[in-house]
Amino acid sequence: MPDARTAAAETSSDGGPSAAERFLNGILPENPTYRQMLGMCPTLAITNGMRSAMTMAGAVLFVLVCANVMVSLIRGLLKPHLRILVFTLTIAAFVTIVDRLLAAYMYAMSKQLGPYVPLIIVNCIIISRCEVCAAKQSVPTAIADAVGQSLGFALGLASIATVREILGAGTWFGLPVLPAAWPAWVIMVLPPGAFITLGLLMGGVNWFLARRQTARG
Amino acid sequence: MEYLSSIILIAISAALINNFVLYYFVGICPFLGVSRRVDMAFGMGCAVTFVISIAAFLSWVLTAFVLRPGAPLASWVWQRLSPGSEGVADLSILNYLVYIFVIASSVQFVEMYLRKFYPPLYKSFGIYLPLITTNCAILFACLEIMKHVSGVPAAEMWDLGRALALAFFGGVGFTLAIVLMAGMREDLELCDVPRALRGPAIALIVSGILAMAFMGFTGVDRNLAALLR
Repeated sequence: MPDARTAAAETSSDGGPSAAERFLNGILPENPTYRQMLGMCPTLAITNGMRSAMTMAGAVLFVLVCANVMVSLIRGLLKPHLRILVFTLTIAAFVTIVDRLLAAYMYAMSKQLGPYVPLIIVNCIIISRCEVCAAKQSVPTAIADAVGQSLGFALGLASIATVREILGAGTWFGLPVLPAAWPAWVIMVLPPGAFITLGLLMGGVNWFLARRQTARG
Repeated sequence: MEYLSSIILIAISAALINNFVLYYFVGICPFLGVSRRVDMAFGMGCAVTFVISIAAFLSWVLTAFVLRPGAPLASWVWQRLSPGSEGVADLSILNYLVYIFVIASSVQFVEMYLRKFYPPLYKSFGIYLPLITTNCAILFACLEIMKHVSGVPAAEMWDLGRALALAFFGGVGFTLAIVLMAGMREDLELCDVPRALRGPAIALIVSGILAMAFMGFTGVDRNLAALLR
């Protein structure tokens, strides 16, 4: 990422990486799914269709931005041994809001996502972002970091959901993309398909990165 | 007899058919992170089973008596605060906050208790105990119990025995999956895996095959229910 490297030159006032760098890092270099391997439960569980994957990405975006802002605002008051408990309780409050909003405006989707919306509380991405960035840096940096990481997470979810939905149902966002003669690979929308798709995609990303590195010398 | 068979069905369904890891994908982080050696995996599984049972007990009690709509304790306080009112006390909006608090504090409590009274056990659990707070399997068990306690008709409400059966056997299923996985990964160390797939990638593919094997249990509960009736 050449952009990230130029941005690294201008470190922010509070010592950590600048807002622009945090934002770009989240999308590809520190992608939550492929590079950090965080938040694996939703990544595997709700990627059987693009619709549910994108709803989940939206919910995570909201919770991550709100939690990062909140933690960044109270970062002066945090005590080291109670830190994680404060993070999880903050996150739990925002997840309750998201859960109620989803149930009110997208009832069918909320039923489909089921326990995976409340499980955002223990999603390691959010706790790790609070810990790594928001507890140390100012509010604008924390927002940039949250948006960048959420976009990276959405990208990871979208890649898996695309493969699974197209191969498993022949559709994308519910629109038919493959000919009707396509024998839907039902295994792809069932749990084993999630593991295998993510494993192969991760292998592909590793292969691509290794190849790029050798090409560079 | 009907009660016993419902417990057996919940247990088998939680441990094998709808395995927490391989069907619901909860607890994937330790599943991929800790499952390198069989003994460590077994220790982690036992710690999770222990904490999951305690958290399930506490969250059942709190949900049934305080949090669910029309819960006795909340209603009693509500009647004291505003005597003669028609409204139903409903604290279920606090569910998630209470569960995460219960999990975090029961992990802390178990840790302190073991350190004081069973130092060897505490040493063998090591760093896994604090890590359990963010294990989704435990919150997931609490949420499943909530689904069967909060906001359902009184006749269908799960009692404590069913809730504990779900949690304990869910933990057993988690242990089973993580130990099976660790056994396979010990053998994978000796295999010539393509470089790009080494590490988590091959572990995910292997767990996909394991999940396929567990799919063989689908439908066992229906036949078993017919058998027990």
